[in-house]
Amino acid sequence: MNGLAFRQAGFDVNDIVIQAKNLDLTFETNDGPIHALKGVDLEINKGDFVSFIGPSGCGKTTFLRVIAALEHPTGGEITVNGMSPDEARQNRAYGYVFQAAGLYPWRTIGGNIKLPLEIMGYSKAEQKAKVEKVLDLVDLAGFDKKFPWQLSGGMQQRASIARALAFDADILLMDEPFGALDEIVRDHLNEQLLKLWARTEKTIGFVTHSIPEAVYLSTKIVVMSPRPGQIYDVIESTLPKDRPLDIRDTQEFLDIAHRVREGLRAGHAYD
Amino acid sequence: MMKSVVPILTVVVAIMVLWYAAAIGMNAKWARDQATRADVTLTTPELIADTWSQERPVLPVPHQVASELWKTTGAMALKGRAFSKRSLIFHGWITLSATLLGFVFGTGAGILLAVGIVHNKAMDMSVMPWAIASQTIPILAIAPMIIVVLNSVGIQGLVPKAFISAYLSFFPVVVGMVKGLRSPDGMQLDLLKTYSASGGETFWKLRLPSSMPYLFTALKVGMAASLVGAIVGELPTGAIRGLGARMLTGSYYGQTIQIWSALFAAAILAASLVGIISLIERRMLKRMGVKP
Repeated sequence: MNGLAFRQAGFDVNDIVIQAKNLDLTFETNDGPIHALKGVDLEINKGDFVSFIGPSGCGKTTFLRVIAALEHPTGGEITVNGMSPDEARQNRAYGYVFQAAGLYPWRTIGGNIKLPLEIMGYSKAEQKAKVEKVLDLVDLAGFDKKFPWQLSGGMQQRASIARALAFDADILLMDEPFGALDEIVRDHLNEQLLKLWARTEKTIGFVTHSIPEAVYLSTKIVVMSPRPGQIYDVIESTLPKDRPLDIRDTQEFLDIAHRVREGLRAGHAYD
Repeated sequence: MMKSVVPILTVVVAIMVLWYAAAIGMNAKWARDQATRADVTLTTPELIADTWSQERPVLPVPHQVASELWKTTGAMALKGRAFSKRSLIFHGWITLSATLLGFVFGTGAGILLAVGIVHNKAMDMSVMPWAIASQTIPILAIAPMIIVVLNSVGIQGLVPKAFISAYLSFFPVVVGMVKGLRSPDGMQLDLLKTYSASGGETFWKLRLPSSMPYLFTALKVGMAASLVGAIVGELPTGAIRGLGARMLTGSYYGQTIQIWSALFAAAILAASLVGIISLIERRMLKRMGVKP
């Protein structure tokens, strides 16, 4: 299904939450300019689960950071919820999950989740209610009094997802959130993430290195290639929304994974 | 626990043996001269006994220092004269008060400077070189000038000594706190940026808590430096009160045992102060949820 088919299937243009047009980003470094993004065009619809996949230096993380207004493009246009990324951030449009959980060791799990809520000025009662709600969403109910070191790596990353969800942003941006975890934990978290996505109907932008992860999770897979970072292929997934782990053994899944792999190979000049 | 007792005792015994042996060598000349003058010959055991019990030895032995320490502290306290002018408790208190006042000044100034350096590019470039330069000047050279200058504007007594303490103790705090306040990595700063957190919120919620381990390390160094500052501050003024004054008068009159006992009093004081900081550190870090 391409973008047009998507729209015909009942998606309206107003459903576009992130729109990039001819986006360019060049970093000035001591070794000369680095072209991190070149001519990136992309539309992300409400409720999409979009994965960005590609080799190191393809700009997938940079693109996510541009959406989050952590980097600013040097050319082209990008809107988030119809606003500039900076305005969108002020309006709490997104929650960001980094590769490391990055929980404050001096705060309990509950305290860590309260961090954004304190900064955004929620009342104590609201904070308490929201902490309970998101801990339940990531299956960590009852862990709010524990300190991060008392939790496993996978649980810490779940807590960091809870922290990103705490203030009810519609968009969840995840930068290789499970990259540092082992395969089994990762499978489990992927399954949980899909359930969470189904329950909350968030729009998710997800950066990954893993082809199976990208195919398993996404409604849309963006294959990127490096030097300069650009989009090589955008694949609309035909997999149903309800995905048990063993869907990964079906022919349909393997076909999509094959197309992703082909795209990565073609976009990556091994020179 | 038992594992560490044996090595610790071994080191203590080795130091004692070396110390008593060194005392024999260094004090023997005086013992022999005295014997020659009195026209007697000393047997070896007599010689050793003499070197360990002289009134003004070149190197007093531990039990002499210990007994002098007891005589000028515990024994006087038992007689209710803890704060007489011959008591080390009295002199220690004088030095301690200057140390603590200077430590508070120095730590406060150090933290403020570090906050400025971390948040202000101009301060970063201009303050640090001066802070480093200030520590390259020998404190013995600058201490008399501080005393004289402050005296000329009518400030005497405790404050000039505390000023020298502060001068020595602010530096480790600046260096430690700058490092500590900068310790959060890019990811943690980015996280706060995604919440549109202000500079103040970033400081109170991230930078300050992250800097605590660095602060306590700096405080321990600063406390020891502060005590040195207070003692040095007592030397050039011809002060008659304080541990520094005890060392000075001891050296005027060749009272080596008095010098050494003042020295040990200072060391014990410093160790206790640093110990107190360690205790607070452990309490604080435990409250902050650090893995035990």
